[in-house]
Amino acid sequence: MVKYEAVIAGVADEPLRDGKVVIPGSPLQVQARCAKRALAEAELTLKDVDGLFTAGMWGIPGVGQLSTVTLSEYLNIRPVVHDGTNIGGSAFVSHVAHAAHAIEEGLCEVALVTYGSTQRSEMSRNLAGRPANLTMQFETPWGLPTPVGGYALAAQRHMYEHGTMREQLAEIAVSARGWASLNPAATRRDKLTIEDVLKAPQISSPLGLLDCCLVTDGGGAIVLTRRQQASGGRKPVFIRGHGEAATHWTVAAMPDLARLTAAEMSSKRAFEIASVKHDDIDVVEVYDSFTITTLMTLEAIGFAERGRGGEFVSNGRIAPGGAFPLNTNGGGLSYAHPGMYGIFLLIEAVRQLRGEVEPERQVKNAKIALVHGTGGTLSSGSTCILSVG
Amino acid sequence: MVKPLPVIDPGTAPYWQALAECRLILKSCRDCGQPHFYPREACPSCYSDNLEWKEAKGEAQVYSFTICHRPAGPAFADDVPYVVAIVQLDEGPRMMTRIDDDVRAVKIGCRVKVKFHDAGDGVVLPYFNLVSE
Repeated sequence: MVKYEAVIAGVADEPLRDGKVVIPGSPLQVQARCAKRALAEAELTLKDVDGLFTAGMWGIPGVGQLSTVTLSEYLNIRPVVHDGTNIGGSAFVSHVAHAAHAIEEGLCEVALVTYGSTQRSEMSRNLAGRPANLTMQFETPWGLPTPVGGYALAAQRHMYEHGTMREQLAEIAVSARGWASLNPAATRRDKLTIEDVLKAPQISSPLGLLDCCLVTDGGGAIVLTRRQQASGGRKPVFIRGHGEAATHWTVAAMPDLARLTAAEMSSKRAFEIASVKHDDIDVVEVYDSFTITTLMTLEAIGFAERGRGGEFVSNGRIAPGGAFPLNTNGGGLSYAHPGMYGIFLLIEAVRQLRGEVEPERQVKNAKIALVHGTGGTLSSGSTCILSVG
Repeated sequence: MVKPLPVIDPGTAPYWQALAECRLILKSCRDCGQPHFYPREACPSCYSDNLEWKEAKGEAQVYSFTICHRPAGPAFADDVPYVVAIVQLDEGPRMMTRIDDDVRAVKIGCRVKVKFHDAGDGVVLPYFNLVSE
């Protein structure tokens, strides 16, 4: 029996315009702003925080290497639980689960999870890859554009094994844009067709420009606390189950390029712990770094049959009005993608469960949400099942 | 711009040294018999550390590939479009490589053979070429 019940009591994200933070700021400033707003939702303040969970790409090499240490210094807080787990963009899904455990065990009372990036404003994004040392001495010298090339290799293999078509991948981008068009906070809201996606410049075949996520700034924060302490008028959100796994980072070491093993492992465990079935899930938010990511994730989690993800997403099924509401903020493909996206999956799921989003994209009677983050190059998976009540 | 070369370490030096002599070698487990790539300190199949280097034939099959239209940084800009592939060696392990052929001719399942490519600074990279059937 756990000592306390942990809940998500506050979330916040940073307003963007054209993919850039509306108010210019460093990644530390952006995180401080989001932290203050998420804490305010929970009727808490920075001085209440005793657990800090973050991962990022800021300040590396340099102060970002000790991300929780630098961030706690900047915020002038003294957390007694530090978690800088970095398994890629999925890390924040793990942070929320780890924070819930820490609260349940009485190790901390108020946990703050943050992310911040100003990569778009700084024009610091590049495809040039990672230093060719250690395991990457067998990948970087080949000139695979990262991370898109690894996802392209997986997409090519998936097409070969299962007959998946580019049109089906394109439908994922079109559906995401459909949701984004209903979300005033989304970066890309103009109409998109399957033909647009197919005609877009090829980046790394079979993936074209519009199969790829956006490159934006972004920031987010999530506050967890004991259920008894969660005040305010908002519905507390519970963490019902979690799983995490990783299989590789160099793409050639991926066990099966047509199969997302990490997501299979993490979601299986999350479902077991939560004691829920696929049919019980009302809202699904999965990492869509690329169209193929969404497709392989839906298969790995078991929403779609293995190899049939292309059919699953077809005919508007995951678009607004479809039978399977997915990535209801527009996702990394059309809402925002600031290098690491996982925290935004959680923020959107919490808002859906609270019933707080615009009516046009609110999933009716949303009680249970599944959030799945993917990190690296289809490397890591982290799944959380969340609920209200 | 200069392309990134491998930062060779003690665990990988024999592999790169063999390539410099136009030989492709794999680490192989004396206990379970499985070869693996890239070279590790413990067998990824059975976790034994009773390993040895063995010569590979240098013949493989394309497992997956991508035609890179956007280079991985300016050092690769002159190569566009180029094929990066994962090939499955006849010995079993998979490795990443470049296939230096007509990009339109590369398909999954194609047979390929190693082509030792002088990358400068004493480094030889194991490119692969299509084998005409």
